[in-house]
Amino acid sequence: MKIQLVKLAHARSGDKGDTANVGLIALEDKFYPILVREVTAERVKQHFKGSCLGEVERFELPNLGALNFLLHESLGGGGTLSLMTDAQGKTFSTALLRMEIDVPEPEVDTLELR
Amino acid sequence: MKQKIRIAAGQGFWGDLPDAPVRQVEGGPIDYLMLDYLAEVTMSIMQKQKARDPNAGYAKDFVPLMRRILPACFERGIKVTANAGGVNVRGCAGAVIDVARELGLGGKVRIGIVTGDDIMSRLDELLSRGIELRNMDTGEPLSTVRDKIQSANAYLGAWPIVEALNQGAQIVITGRATDTGLTLAPMIHEFGWSNDDWNRLAAGTIAGHIIECGAQVSGGNCQYEWRSIPNLADVGFPIVEAAPDGTFVVTKHERTGGWIIIPSVKEQLVYEMGDPREYITPDCVADFTTIKLEYEGRDRVRVFGIEGRPATEFLKVSISYSAGFKAVGTLVYSWPDAYDKAQAADRILRGRLDRLGLKFDQVLTEFVGVNATHGPLAGPPHADIPEVQLRVGVRGQDRSAVERFTKEIAPLILTGPPAVTGFAGGRPKVEEIVAYWPALIPKGEITPVVEVLT
Repeated sequence: MKIQLVKLAHARSGDKGDTANVGLIALEDKFYPILVREVTAERVKQHFKGSCLGEVERFELPNLGALNFLLHESLGGGGTLSLMTDAQGKTFSTALLRMEIDVPEPEVDTLELR
Repeated sequence: MKQKIRIAAGQGFWGDLPDAPVRQVEGGPIDYLMLDYLAEVTMSIMQKQKARDPNAGYAKDFVPLMRRILPACFERGIKVTANAGGVNVRGCAGAVIDVARELGLGGKVRIGIVTGDDIMSRLDELLSRGIELRNMDTGEPLSTVRDKIQSANAYLGAWPIVEALNQGAQIVITGRATDTGLTLAPMIHEFGWSNDDWNRLAAGTIAGHIIECGAQVSGGNCQYEWRSIPNLADVGFPIVEAAPDGTFVVTKHERTGGWIIIPSVKEQLVYEMGDPREYITPDCVADFTTIKLEYEGRDRVRVFGIEGRPATEFLKVSISYSAGFKAVGTLVYSWPDAYDKAQAADRILRGRLDRLGLKFDQVLTEFVGVNATHGPLAGPPHADIPEVQLRVGVRGQDRSAVERFTKEIAPLILTGPPAVTGFAGGRPKVEEIVAYWPALIPKGEITPVVEVLT
């Protein structure tokens, strides 16, 4: 079953130069393993195709039930150079929450996602 | 030794809620007030102000704020750590001393100042000795922008602030000090932590990270259950209650709005994070994967288990340089066909810019209401979308080209697609771009200077 990340996680994003960071945090601890399995750096790079021109790096924080993504070359030069409305990458968080992932039916039931 | 100190955050950036620090002082018991004023390009703004007026170049708001809170701070022994000094720490301290005199506290309030971060006048000497100050992001040598540099400051950490506190300063004013150092320093000073106690230094650093953006940890910009956040109009700024063992509680004054919950603390922890195992400051390397959180009551989150590693041999340097000019123009198109009209206007505008032969490094068009935040991920807008804002930005080295662009926006109202408005603000302003150049410098090259004045 397709599940949108907004049902599984909350997020906050920010900037460092031309790199946006997105911290993706499981709404419940039991969702964290799904995030680790499904929300890979490759999937995130694909999701932000056209906005993120560089590499995507992923870091795991099991202690917080969170993943941190670095989206390089995403902010139109970054900082004061950028012409973008969102030069600071503040809304990359919710843009990631749009992503849909596949969750197997039995897991949908055990995690009460229906 | 105190068994607990309360460090309150009063400003998350230069321009944050003006009354927040006052409310932190008056709303309940605190021992320290921490004020972070400096964003990455703030130093260049201050450098320009100082060039026009040698008495300027620091966070001006800090002085009237001290006028409001200094009597209460003096009476109750509340100490202040602030990087309000910008590029004129001494000028800032002088203004605060004048205020103290006017309040009848002349000679009673000891002001610590930390300088030595400003390396603007040493750049050529450093470069000549082979310290290249390459851009940490791009690897380019500083020589590519040498003649455009406007400010250059090393980020100092907690230890010079500790030294000022040890010498009896009640107000410590710094230039380019790290925001985390402003929170860590009071802990080192009160608890006597040593300079290789990496776990505790990391804990104090992470405490600083949690409160450095003010209310962004206490309900502001909080995605988690955002509709349920109580009374943001009266949001309480965060307070760290630190213990000598390096554990701490994040909280806020009673009877204030917002909330301190584990999800709000997690959101702030991941804010502007890079590699979570390598949060590098002048004082230590903090490991965010060791942080543990638990509730200790309403609006109280306990943070413990933090581990850190030795600091690196380098300090980060923040250099600002002039990088051309930019301007952004906007117009609003209404139903029907709002998005189509905005797109047509953009094509017309670009056609005119081409015909004028104007050269830009970049021209960016966004349609606010359609794609300005989520880009293509948002999908096509509803056919009946009531309005769309056209937003076109240009950037380039030639000021006159950018200037010319600003004259092409308003004419679109009478010479472009219909049902357009939103030009009340007049022509877009041409802005000089001051860009940020992050670099590293060996620690031995920087000597912080601490003085205590009255």
